[in-house]
Amino acid sequence: MFAHTEVGFHEVEMEENLWSISIDPDESMREYVLLQLKVRAMRDMLFRSRIFNYLAAATPGLKELVTIGKIWELAQLDRKVKSGRKYDLVIVDAPATGHGIGFLQTPRTFAAIARVGPIHSQAQQLDRLITDQEHTGVAIVALPEEMPVNESATLERDLLDDVGVAVDRVYMNGIYPERFTNEEAEQLAGFADESDNGLRAAARAGLSEHNRARSQRAQLARLRRRVEAPVKTLPFLFEPDLGIEGARQLARKVG
Amino acid sequence: MPAVGEILEGKDICICAGSGGVGKTTTSAAIATGMAARGLKVCVLTIDPAKRLADSLGLKELGNEARQVDPALFGQQGVEIKGELWAMMLDAKATFDELVARQAPDEEARDRVLNNRIYQQISSALAGSQEYMAMEKLFELHSEGRFDLLVLDTPPSRNALDFLDAPKRLTQFIEGRSLRVFMKPTGLAAKVAGRGASVALSVFKRIVGFDLLADLAEFFNAFSGMVDGFQARAKRVNSLLGDPHTCFLVVCGPQGEPVDEAVYFHRKLVEAKLPFGGVIVNKVHYPAEQLRGGGGDLEASLAEKLGDEDLAKRVADNFADYQALAERDARNIERLAKELRAQGVIRVPYLDEDVHDLAGLAEINRYLFATSEERIEIAAGRA
Repeated sequence: MFAHTEVGFHEVEMEENLWSISIDPDESMREYVLLQLKVRAMRDMLFRSRIFNYLAAATPGLKELVTIGKIWELAQLDRKVKSGRKYDLVIVDAPATGHGIGFLQTPRTFAAIARVGPIHSQAQQLDRLITDQEHTGVAIVALPEEMPVNESATLERDLLDDVGVAVDRVYMNGIYPERFTNEEAEQLAGFADESDNGLRAAARAGLSEHNRARSQRAQLARLRRRVEAPVKTLPFLFEPDLGIEGARQLARKVG
Repeated sequence: MPAVGEILEGKDICICAGSGGVGKTTTSAAIATGMAARGLKVCVLTIDPAKRLADSLGLKELGNEARQVDPALFGQQGVEIKGELWAMMLDAKATFDELVARQAPDEEARDRVLNNRIYQQISSALAGSQEYMAMEKLFELHSEGRFDLLVLDTPPSRNALDFLDAPKRLTQFIEGRSLRVFMKPTGLAAKVAGRGASVALSVFKRIVGFDLLADLAEFFNAFSGMVDGFQARAKRVNSLLGDPHTCFLVVCGPQGEPVDEAVYFHRKLVEAKLPFGGVIVNKVHYPAEQLRGGGGDLEASLAEKLGDEDLAKRVADNFADYQALAERDARNIERLAKELRAQGVIRVPYLDEDVHDLAGLAEINRYLFATSEERIEIAAGRA
């Protein structure tokens, strides 16, 4: 979306005051170990060792845990990573529903399994970060369709009850504009028997837009009834590919 | 371009694969419905606990046992089901428990595994365990031979490999060959294996806490008698996936990213020598040129017909917006068809109303089970 093509496991400046990083679990694990172990020879030996890689892959939830650990690290004003920037806000593009709840519960689950050792207290610390309603909040993104609306309502319930994280806002994404009134739509419906293919197709596209806009508004009303957090809408952009301009347009609406 | 009915001719298993958010569950339900309408006894399996499949089939909820969908519900939508349609939601944890019970030499061994906390974690949370259990259940149902066709709605994987590699990854984990050696109380093996390994182990202990390692050791000990059984089973599951009576359908959307993933998935299927049936592209904006006859100044003609210049301009602008999306979709699908050497790309149009119930499934089926010429006709409103 931005001019940069590659965003890897390092912070890249995209725009003024805006950095981006793609968090890779294996890299997070590596960084975590580097921060834990001060002796260089020991780290090298560890990374070369197959058994370590096996254990890291085999331990349930460890990848998710170090991923959340990296998010925590990014959000610290006192960064563990040397020369790390201080951020006012860290925005996480989280895994899709279904994966989402489990992901956020990992620290708690892990703290329960590893009852002792450094990771126990670190996992607890991460859980506190997630459930700190003053500083951490979830924004749910929904689409104006039946099932996404149902799932968003369930997701909000689970986030509040099971995870204990604050849900600050629900975004209804991709809302079509209301381009035609009902009377105009009726006029367009009269083109169904039109012999000119171009006119008929144009009228049909208009009718389709009107129908979608209308059914989306019904879904928006359902969403508003079913969630507690305030709902904000984002417009559907009729752009074949969303670029930086599209992002700027949406940015003006998210606030 | 064959329709789904022809692609699935003589198949026992249809696996719908693809990334999340592309309408996979809806497509699976529609395929199962269409094949049941043609007289087969079909069971559609999903692993998505989001109740999507139950919702779309008009069922209150689904469990780990197959339930028949009331044919009368389809009759109300004008769809006649000549065969039978059944549906179930896979419970990965319950399926894993059943598998352990079947493989365990005795009850004590079974309970040791079921009560182990590491097992409880992996059976519900380990990456790949859901995917593997979906295949396992598929294998079990196929062995029973109760259905003519099984349609599997795969879990939303982050990528294609998550699904295809699941049996291998899970059995490797359970084998834990490299790990079990170090779990021996004497630690002698660790010394033999070299200093690197023992350092790795001690550092790992320091990082995750000793309990976890003890639990892991207990897990592998409890599992040790079942490893062979699991391996043999995984091998049979794998060969079922590669069987010529199995068919993989890739489901995607028309945007650039979903198309890239479909291309990638197709490539992986071919590499793994798995039977690829075709790609279903959902929510396609139909190319406007296929809907258009003569040229001329559209806005002026519209204004003349409508007697309203402002409305004519809005209709024309809206049409241009729709065409831009249609052209993007056409470009992406062309790329997809090229990559697949034009084998079986089935386009389902973006309908005005969103599809979430039996009426919607019936509508989708008109496209899935139609020839490509018929599809264009339907989209143009002529059929």
